[in-house]
Amino acid sequence: MDGKEMHPILQVEGLGKSFGKVEVLRDISFTLNKGRVLSVIGSSGSGKTTLLRCITSLEKANKGKIIIGGETVFDAENPVKDSARERRRKQLKTGLVFQSFNLFPQYTALQNVTLAARLAAKESEAYKKDRKAAIEEIRARGLQILSDVGLSDKADFYPWQLSGGQQQRVSIARALCMKPEILFFDEPTSALDPELTGEILRVIKQLASTHMTMVIVTHEMTFAKDVSDEIIFMNKGVIEEQGDPQIVFENPKSARLREFLNKFTD
Amino acid sequence: MGFYEVTLQLLEGFKTTCILFALTLAAALPLGLLFSMGSMSKFKPLKWLMKTFVWIIRGTPLMLQVIIVFYGPGLVHVGDLTLREFLVLHGGMAFDRFQSVLFAFIINYAVYFSEIYRGGIESIPVGQYEAGQVLGMTRSQTFFRVVLLQVIKRILPPMSNEILTLVKDTSLARVITVLELVKAAEQMTAQYGLIWPLFYIGAFYLVFCGLLTILFNLLEKKLSYFRG
Repeated sequence: MDGKEMHPILQVEGLGKSFGKVEVLRDISFTLNKGRVLSVIGSSGSGKTTLLRCITSLEKANKGKIIIGGETVFDAENPVKDSARERRRKQLKTGLVFQSFNLFPQYTALQNVTLAARLAAKESEAYKKDRKAAIEEIRARGLQILSDVGLSDKADFYPWQLSGGQQQRVSIARALCMKPEILFFDEPTSALDPELTGEILRVIKQLASTHMTMVIVTHEMTFAKDVSDEIIFMNKGVIEEQGDPQIVFENPKSARLREFLNKFTD
Repeated sequence: MGFYEVTLQLLEGFKTTCILFALTLAAALPLGLLFSMGSMSKFKPLKWLMKTFVWIIRGTPLMLQVIIVFYGPGLVHVGDLTLREFLVLHGGMAFDRFQSVLFAFIINYAVYFSEIYRGGIESIPVGQYEAGQVLGMTRSQTFFRVVLLQVIKRILPPMSNEILTLVKDTSLARVITVLELVKAAEQMTAQYGLIWPLFYIGAFYLVFCGLLTILFNLLEKKLSYFRG
């Protein structure tokens, strides 16, 4: 065990979620340590995206607890009414990259990346003291992140002027600009042409090398095996199998996982 | 009656047309937003009340609405008094002809605008709101900084249509003898047997609508830098 394993950054305990009578998540529990990459796999309808949306507060779970960095951000037993400021602070512990990018069409790549940071900065002390410097600082950070994802020359382009892969890289940069503790990806390459998925996977790999904690819902099995430290296989709303990628992919215990993986080797 | 005198008289009517147009627009644009919030409300009774209201206003002729607003208070009785007399006795609120038309127009157009707003707002993908949320933006920040401009871009064509219709609908005011442009021309036909002023006022409407069309095209062009 190396030192990092001692620091759980995400703890999910007994999470459950129903839409009406349909139980989408049942008693989901797992722990993720800081700096690790977790991939969540499973067929459509297995609840992986709902899990992601519950942890990132886009959906409200019905049962269970979510602890991020030692702080309980959600507890179905003890619901708290947070102020807008508290909600934002908790929300920003996580970042999310959507399947369909969801870039803001009327803003350039750089504006997309910096908009939320600029709005948040308005409440800070530094902003009240020196507005120009605060905005310039955010702009510089945005440009740096865009160049990190290989888009320094596209800063002033609007989303429609970019390819799908470039748009998704902007949306990764946009999430990174808010400095999340954990970055979530919801099938980040599913909306892309096959030849464009490589550039996204490269960016995620590069982030993994900087020890960014990430949770990736994906259908790219080869990539999941390659980049992840841990795998969770979900089936019908429960975690069917989880563990080291080598073991999960080479020696699956569950018959359903074997069946699932077979579909990808054809 | 020469061309000059006719023009002068028509301009009097045109003034009323323009005032009716401008005041209706100025009041119905924001009122429509309020109405659209009502019909999108999560509070069911308000939502259904609004939907019924929209159904009535859109389901009956504007001309009938004008007639009812103007004549209605004089026909409905409150005790021994008509509603109009009652209103005048208690606070002096009874619409004159122009005010009646204006009131009916504002309500009617606010309802049409509200449906256009609603369509525009509901057409924005939910992902835009979700992106705002996960980036820590408040609901109002997401609406005003992200959604609103996209809505404006989307509703511009139907709004242009509706506003052009309003220009021509102002002529309905003549039904309760408000002296707008068409009524002014009709008077000349009745008094002096002149037919050509009727064609002449057609040109007024054409120019008015032409200028508005140019304005809307400019706005559309201004918003063409982004897609979505």
